[in-house]
Amino acid sequence: MNVIVMFIQQAIVQAITMLFGATGEIITEKSGNLNLGVPGIMYIGGISGLMGAFFYEKGSPSPSVAVGVFVSLLCCLAASALAGLLFTFLTVTLRANQNVVGLALTTFGTGFGNFFGGSISKLAGGVGQITVKTTASGFQARIPGLSNIPVIGTVLFGYGFLSYTAILLAIVCTYILKRTRVGLQLTAVGEDPATADAAGINVGRYKYAATVLGSMMAGLGGLYFIMEYLGGTWGNNGFGDRGWLAVALVILALWTPTHAIWGSILFGALYILYIYIPGLSRAAQELFRMAPYVVTIIVLVATSKRNRPEDQPPKSLGLSYFREDR
Amino acid sequence: MNETAAIELKNVSKRFGSIQANDHVSLTLRKGEILSILGENGSGKTTLMNMLSGIYFPDEGEIFVNGKEVTIRSPKDSHALGIGMIHQHFKLIPILTAAQNIILGLPGPQRLDMKKIDANINALTKKYGFEMDPEQRIYDMSVSQKQTVEIVKVLYRGADILILDEPTAVLTPQETERLFDVLRNMKSAGKSIIIITHKLNEVMEISDRVAVLRKGKYIATVDTKDTDEMKLTEMMVGEKISLDIDRIPPVDPEKRIDVQHLTVRNHEGVYALQDVSFTANSGEILGVAGISGSGQKELLESIAGLQRIESGKIYYTPKDGKTVALDTMRARQIYALNIHLSFVPEDRLGMGLVGTMDITDNMMLRSYKNGNGPLTDRKAPRELAERVVDKLEVNTPGITTPIRNLSGGNVQKVLVGREIASSPAVLMMAYPVRGLDINSSFLIYHLLGEQKKRGCCVICVGEDLDVLLQLCDRILVLSEGTVAGVVDARTTTKETLGAMMTSGKHVQEGRKADV
Amino acid sequence: MSEAGEKQQKTKTTIHLIRRAKVTRLYAWLIRLAAAFLGLLVCGIVIYGITGENPIDVFGGIFLGTFGSSRRLWVTVRETVTLLVIAVGLIPAFKMRFWNLGAEGQILVGGAVTAAVMIYLGPLLQDWLLWILAFVGAMIAGAVWGFIPAYFKAKFGTNESLFTLMMNYVAMQIVTFCVVLWENPKGSNHVGVINQGTKEGWLPSILGQEYLIDVILAAAVTAFVFWYLGRTKQGYELSVVGGSTNTARYAGISVGRVIVRTVVISGAICGLAGCMIVAGASHTISTSTGGGRGFTAIIVAWMSQFNPWAMALVSGFLCFMQQGSVQIASSYGLNENASDIITGILLFFLIGCEFFVRYRLEVTKVPIEEEGENR
Repeated sequence: MNVIVMFIQQAIVQAITMLFGATGEIITEKSGNLNLGVPGIMYIGGISGLMGAFFYEKGSPSPSVAVGVFVSLLCCLAASALAGLLFTFLTVTLRANQNVVGLALTTFGTGFGNFFGGSISKLAGGVGQITVKTTASGFQARIPGLSNIPVIGTVLFGYGFLSYTAILLAIVCTYILKRTRVGLQLTAVGEDPATADAAGINVGRYKYAATVLGSMMAGLGGLYFIMEYLGGTWGNNGFGDRGWLAVALVILALWTPTHAIWGSILFGALYILYIYIPGLSRAAQELFRMAPYVVTIIVLVATSKRNRPEDQPPKSLGLSYFREDR
Repeated sequence: MNETAAIELKNVSKRFGSIQANDHVSLTLRKGEILSILGENGSGKTTLMNMLSGIYFPDEGEIFVNGKEVTIRSPKDSHALGIGMIHQHFKLIPILTAAQNIILGLPGPQRLDMKKIDANINALTKKYGFEMDPEQRIYDMSVSQKQTVEIVKVLYRGADILILDEPTAVLTPQETERLFDVLRNMKSAGKSIIIITHKLNEVMEISDRVAVLRKGKYIATVDTKDTDEMKLTEMMVGEKISLDIDRIPPVDPEKRIDVQHLTVRNHEGVYALQDVSFTANSGEILGVAGISGSGQKELLESIAGLQRIESGKIYYTPKDGKTVALDTMRARQIYALNIHLSFVPEDRLGMGLVGTMDITDNMMLRSYKNGNGPLTDRKAPRELAERVVDKLEVNTPGITTPIRNLSGGNVQKVLVGREIASSPAVLMMAYPVRGLDINSSFLIYHLLGEQKKRGCCVICVGEDLDVLLQLCDRILVLSEGTVAGVVDARTTTKETLGAMMTSGKHVQEGRKADV
Repeated sequence: MSEAGEKQQKTKTTIHLIRRAKVTRLYAWLIRLAAAFLGLLVCGIVIYGITGENPIDVFGGIFLGTFGSSRRLWVTVRETVTLLVIAVGLIPAFKMRFWNLGAEGQILVGGAVTAAVMIYLGPLLQDWLLWILAFVGAMIAGAVWGFIPAYFKAKFGTNESLFTLMMNYVAMQIVTFCVVLWENPKGSNHVGVINQGTKEGWLPSILGQEYLIDVILAAAVTAFVFWYLGRTKQGYELSVVGGSTNTARYAGISVGRVIVRTVVISGAICGLAGCMIVAGASHTISTSTGGGRGFTAIIVAWMSQFNPWAMALVSGFLCFMQQGSVQIASSYGLNENASDIITGILLFFLIGCEFFVRYRLEVTKVPIEEEGENR
């Protein structure tokens, strides 16, 4: 019993980073932009939030939790928005290829994160590992009382506020996509920008807004990982392949953020399943960690074979739209 | 009937390069009437209407809407004036529902109250007698349902003046009837409607008045009740024009292509061809006449092995050889049998050529497999490219220029040059002179004549009846996917052809949309 | 973009984008050179911001880091030609408009097979036989990694960029699995240098140069690919498929078969690159064997637009910057990831500048009546 509770709780802990990334990428892809820079943006968001908190804690004689959380959120969102803006500027305004820009952004972002994560303490004149315990305690804070209830407390309330934000964000984004005018028009832009344009929708503005917002969500995923999961410290290449899993999750979720909630928990579970299966050799454990990708590939093939139009990637995904080409 | 004009065009002209699409056209749409605009392909109907819908801007002339002079710069301006156009190609997003497509781009509260929107749409559809489920997704719809969505979309935006561009081209007779009922309802509700068409029976059935265009010029407007199909045909096709095309009698004609009971459905599941039978002979030019979209494309692609055939047979009999069935073969297999079957398709850059490649590489498309071994030979194609450029007077900086940088006429010359070069046994051409100037056109006619003299079996799909009558030996007339008849080009008149093309009567039973 | 000054009364200022009809080669390279220069300038500012050192000195350091010694020079050359092989391998697929984002995985499986050959067969077989087995095995592994997504693309039209991307991580897990299997010493989670003492299966030094073999292989592969694309019937077929699948069918080309065949070749070359890395350079295997080169190569291939010389130049430039940044990072006590930042900045400039190669901006004042015609 305890093991299962633990397993579920850990799966959800693993899921949140991917959920942020996937929700952001769904919004982005709905506008027709395939942003393969998500893994890089997670690094950028994570390190920026960490640096913000670090310099605040270092500069303030008695740092407060609330200010620390606020500063790190602000830095994270600003930096990842800038990264998204860069992507959109290059792909929409300068019409560069989305795959190429996305991959370059991932290279850059990964380097950016690892570089500052590795050298920030040295640059700041300190020594050793950087930690922002005060700020992290804010991210890790649980709801008092509720989280002490056995089982339910662990499974439902054993998380920091960003976890709930991620789930809420997924629900809100789904609502926006399915039930609002903005969501409808965003879908139209991603499906057929020429038709959307003819209907009087400003295609460029939608693409910019969706991609920048999507990047900010991916950045939050990075911040969650650094602050809540790692407890306010930097692990080199610590994100592993979570960024790409987020991109994979978009496919699994069939471009619906609420599906990404279950999907991310499934991925999280598959990600750590090997720990809970007794008698696995270390080698076999590694094979187990392949599962999320294999599942994604199967879903990708199955949807392309079944060919239900709603389950397909947005029609114009990865393509640039230029009005005069019409 | 209210006698003031909903739309009045005065001396409107539009040129595209060297082509005069509309030449000082003046016409009037009265309030609350249905006006048909009648004309052959290329007579400038759609261009004229696109100036009302804001897609083109006229070179000269004035437009009045409800008695006031207006400038229509964009589709938005057109909307604001209450003009709504239903294009032939629908602008709908397949994964969205009808209702979602209808409200796309409209202002309103953020939260979409689909119940309320559906109710509004249902009220509208009920008023005019449409059958439409607002919650149905577009990809689940038949062509006629999609058209209904387009019409409702325009009405929902408050249009008083509706322009329908060949709305019945994609409809079955039953669907056409239903559309006409709706149009009559809209008329009695005070809407003014323009319907572009070239089907005479429909003109007679639906419209109050008919405006006829011919080769970009306005001919006349007549009251439908004062005219008949014969008179309209005369107005539409005009006097016979002599073109001075050299035509020799057929050269030793013998059967090459024998098509029997060919039936083809397009990807929408609608019959594109039904029970088509004919023969094409060597040493003669067989013309194919018909309103655009009557199955010409599918016919040629079936023979070329590029179309899935539902039933029927296509036989090819080579000179001194054994007859083979082509209907089960793909283009690849036909090629492998060394059958010299050349094809100049309608969509030149989309099917016949590769736009990003240069002339030499495009020449290779038919011959690259020649020779043994894994290597291509570029010497012969290069020589061919030079020959074609030289002989057909292709205007290009050189043979290494990518095809897509050439003008339409020059692209066509490259394509025709390549297809003729292989000394084909059968040469199929779709709209060989579309987009070409007079001199180039005559060059192509001359080349076709040469192929005929050589003993080639030429099948030529055309749109200009004058040309077909003076170029071809026999003409196969298609009407809505069936054979309306095969006539002798030397003795037939334009009027007969026009009437056969637009008859569309004997096929009404056959065409059904099972989607 | 083109409606900057909307809603003015009589005239409006518009920025027109005009596609250049013909771009002279000189002009295109001037633009790219300017972009590279601007990129370096920004890098200089970033470096100054971080280290406080004079950027000129730092660039001097980069230069020394790359060319400072014969050994460093050869490492840069090795890295350049490895990147070149991968980029060249991607070209057939790209020319067919198939987005092979799976080079990283194809490298990894190729590398894993090579390592397996070295580990299991090293003590048993002659070196030349080992090399052949490693080459063939790595190419087959890469080919299989290409075949799987290509097959589904040809059969169901499955989105190949997402598919190939996922294949990378499947490959990564396979390599992790192999690492555990082969770890040396036990429990270290590293394979360590394979056959360190005996050098069994290591690619040979030629003329006393350890990495000359890489240069020769890269030259051979590049020559092969451009010969294949430019001279063979198969190369011609894949260009037609890339240009228009309809035209390909019209010409009697079996589109599905061409897709599968081309991506298999593409994957095989990337697999070979994996073999070059494992048998010729690192002599070990890990998930970072690819080192992101599978992704960088995509950028190289795309930016060079199928021109082999441009490809070599871009590869060289990127490796030069990377090796140099690694050098300065160590001499200023920063971590080596600085090179990714530098590479990233340069890439952004080089990617962005293509726009100015293709388009011309024209600022004009147009009388408002004309506007409708622009539609």
